[in-house]
Amino acid sequence: MEALTYKQLNETVYSETMENGLKVFLLAKPEMAKTFGIFTTNYGSIDQTFTPIGKDEQVTVPEGIAHFLEHKLFEKEDRDVFQDFTKQGASANAFTSFTKTAYLFSATSQIEKNVETLLDFVQDPYFSKESVEKEKGIIAQEIRMYDDQPDWRSFFGTIQSLYHKHPVRVDIAGTVDSIEDITKDDLYTCYETFYHPSNMVLFVAGNIDPEKMMDQIRSNQNKKEFKEIPTIDRFYPEEPAEVANPDGSITMPVTTAKAMVGVKEDVSSLDGAELVRAELLSGMILDYYFSKSGEFYEQLYKEDLIDSSFQYETELDRQFGFTILGGDSRKPDELAARIKEMLHKLKENRISEEDFKRMKRKKIGQFMRALNSMEFIANQFTHYHMLGVDLFDVLPTIESLTTSDADQYVENWIKEESISVFQVKPQTHA
Amino acid sequence: MKITKETVRGKQGYRLHILPTTKYKTVSVIAKFKAPLKREGITERALLPHVLHKATNNHPNVRLLQSALEDLYGTGFSSDGSKKGENHVLSFRMEVVNESYLNESEPILEKALNIFHDVLFNPKVEGNGFDEAIVKREIQTLEQKITSIKDDKMSYANLRLIDHMCEGEPYSLHVHGYLDDLKKITAKSLYQHYLEMIENDVLDVYVIGGIDESEIETLMDRTFTRAKSDNQGEHLESEPIHPAESKEIVEQEEVKQGKLHIGYRTHIKFGDEDYYALQIFNGLFGGFPSSKLFVNVREKHSLAYYAASRFESHKGLLLVFSGVDPKDYDQAKSIILEQMEAMKQGDFSDDQVTDAKEQVVNQLQETMDNANGLIEVLYHQMLSGSTIQSDELMENIRNVTKEDVVKVAEKIELDTIYFLTSQEGGEA
Repeated sequence: MEALTYKQLNETVYSETMENGLKVFLLAKPEMAKTFGIFTTNYGSIDQTFTPIGKDEQVTVPEGIAHFLEHKLFEKEDRDVFQDFTKQGASANAFTSFTKTAYLFSATSQIEKNVETLLDFVQDPYFSKESVEKEKGIIAQEIRMYDDQPDWRSFFGTIQSLYHKHPVRVDIAGTVDSIEDITKDDLYTCYETFYHPSNMVLFVAGNIDPEKMMDQIRSNQNKKEFKEIPTIDRFYPEEPAEVANPDGSITMPVTTAKAMVGVKEDVSSLDGAELVRAELLSGMILDYYFSKSGEFYEQLYKEDLIDSSFQYETELDRQFGFTILGGDSRKPDELAARIKEMLHKLKENRISEEDFKRMKRKKIGQFMRALNSMEFIANQFTHYHMLGVDLFDVLPTIESLTTSDADQYVENWIKEESISVFQVKPQTHA
Repeated sequence: MKITKETVRGKQGYRLHILPTTKYKTVSVIAKFKAPLKREGITERALLPHVLHKATNNHPNVRLLQSALEDLYGTGFSSDGSKKGENHVLSFRMEVVNESYLNESEPILEKALNIFHDVLFNPKVEGNGFDEAIVKREIQTLEQKITSIKDDKMSYANLRLIDHMCEGEPYSLHVHGYLDDLKKITAKSLYQHYLEMIENDVLDVYVIGGIDESEIETLMDRTFTRAKSDNQGEHLESEPIHPAESKEIVEQEEVKQGKLHIGYRTHIKFGDEDYYALQIFNGLFGGFPSSKLFVNVREKHSLAYYAASRFESHKGLLLVFSGVDPKDYDQAKSIILEQMEAMKQGDFSDDQVTDAKEQVVNQLQETMDNANGLIEVLYHQMLSGSTIQSDELMENIRNVTKEDVVKVAEKIELDTIYFLTSQEGGEA
């Protein structure tokens, strides 16, 4: 077991790689009542085409299968694992993203038992034909729920406008039709390929004794047999640099229109550390212009083009990346045009030393505030680890950024062919 | 684990609550203004925080104000209005990075407290009104917010349920205010409401984080002053209402999923003796994935992705919510009503009661690990006049028996079934 101490933050993270390849991280927070554990596989909705373990030919599985698998892992032949956690005073949950599937619990008692349950249920799948069929109705209602949410629809609509073929354009839960095709055998194929311990990370934070907990996890893993596996071959379609659709829209029964501007980010040449650095820089530059202290925000707000729903974010991950800005607007065409114009102008402006220092302080503060949450630390540490980066190195990385880094970033950022506009238009009744 | 201890000090015009703890890397300051919940002035109270956030006499526009906060390591500032039973509470929250984690000689917290004080007590004023342009713009923003509640179907269905169920009661008032009122508000009239709030509301200020009790008290005395207000304020309790018969209301919108929301009266409020048993009741009925609603509506019948319940502690309500296909309305409704019947019949085991108790205690402890969560618990307690300590609270939860839960179930009355469905869904 290795200990890494981060002096400024007064945190120590213990880590160990198990013999089967599972990477474990522990963070002791004895002042907390709660312990949070999260068990994550580096497998999400974009991993649709791959060579299954022990096979030679690649397969493409139905859309939404990673999420479906997440639901089904809780169900065992004789019971529902939710109830096991319940009996142990814990609350459990799970989520699927573009690149990950994660299982988690939080509890204030019986921590050893709950960690054991977390490891055991994820590493012991049971899929049957009946239970797969039964789940389709539940997930269909989950999809329908999202169908009625304008924010979700505009987010995905924008990504679909940016990407031609890449599976990031597919809704994480799939569609009501695509999940119909999922079979129990598909689930086993995905499970066996992507849930090998060497593709997974366990992070436990909270009221724990790291040494004892590491011993427990080690003996739990040593009891189980896993086949040696080669690296997983995953395939993604060739994606052009330009956007699929520069100007998309849907109609929905909303009271106010939405306009989103998306920027397709090219991440193909970036390693993990560069991705993280780019995400930080992009966030700081957007903060400078588009947060409430920003010149562009002020213009848009005064012109009545945006309201409190206005948002922006940059998400960069393995295989894909995007920046999205926008929100509700009474004049969506005008808002989209103005945001595009502003993005093109980024190159012409320079952020002063003083302003850049302010943005750095803001970013440092945001990061420190986020560290109050054990969930944030565990999730984000895992995410960064899978990119080959240490979460707590973010602080020195922010400190090291300079105005010339920012200048260089904007210089290469915005190109007309990488921008899409996407609108949600209110239904008009004849 | 350490229990965070609260010290309360009476200051001029407010109560100061100090909570030293090493759990966080930040210091949070939360000010809560409380007034009776009334139709008159509710829209002004919804609008006020938006206007106060925009400018002070020291930072006379939003960019200057926000830049100053950014410079203090991105100090976070937020506010909201909420209903606590028949009372209206405006909360202002600020979160500052604890200086001990920064390589910094500047007094970050003190500077941030000065801004916090300015936002509350030193807003930008012109003559005897707020800045006209700011008020005009914030009226538009709030108008937008009120109109777009409809776009979030879960919130909208909840709002409509309460509209129907609590018609004529202060609790049915909309916390975001009303479009009709909004038209009449001016920079001057809003300022009058502000002065009234500053004068008459009961104010509690909480400071939590890695702080020294006496240092923070000195710092607060230096930065945070309120003109004298003697108002101790009465805490309004709602009158018990027993529905003569239950209502069933179906409304149509263009939705793909129907929202089934059901309102019950529990007649049990924070501080009541059977409040603990109500928490266990909710744990068994709809609070967790192990509860009857989740197990029956979702797991057994695959009718929904979510089916859950929560209770309103100051008003004495229990609310059920689920998203189902429009065609499954009758089936989902009868399954939910059956689960309530089963609760009244005591159709659950002692083991399940034990599990629910552990879940509720766990939830409470997790809530108290979070700065905002802990302050909400303490504030609720204070409002209900309870002086009970947190370990006693958990003890009382653990002492609940199956009989106590059945007694609670028997008290609960069905009031309103509300279904928001598709255009086709209503033509059955």
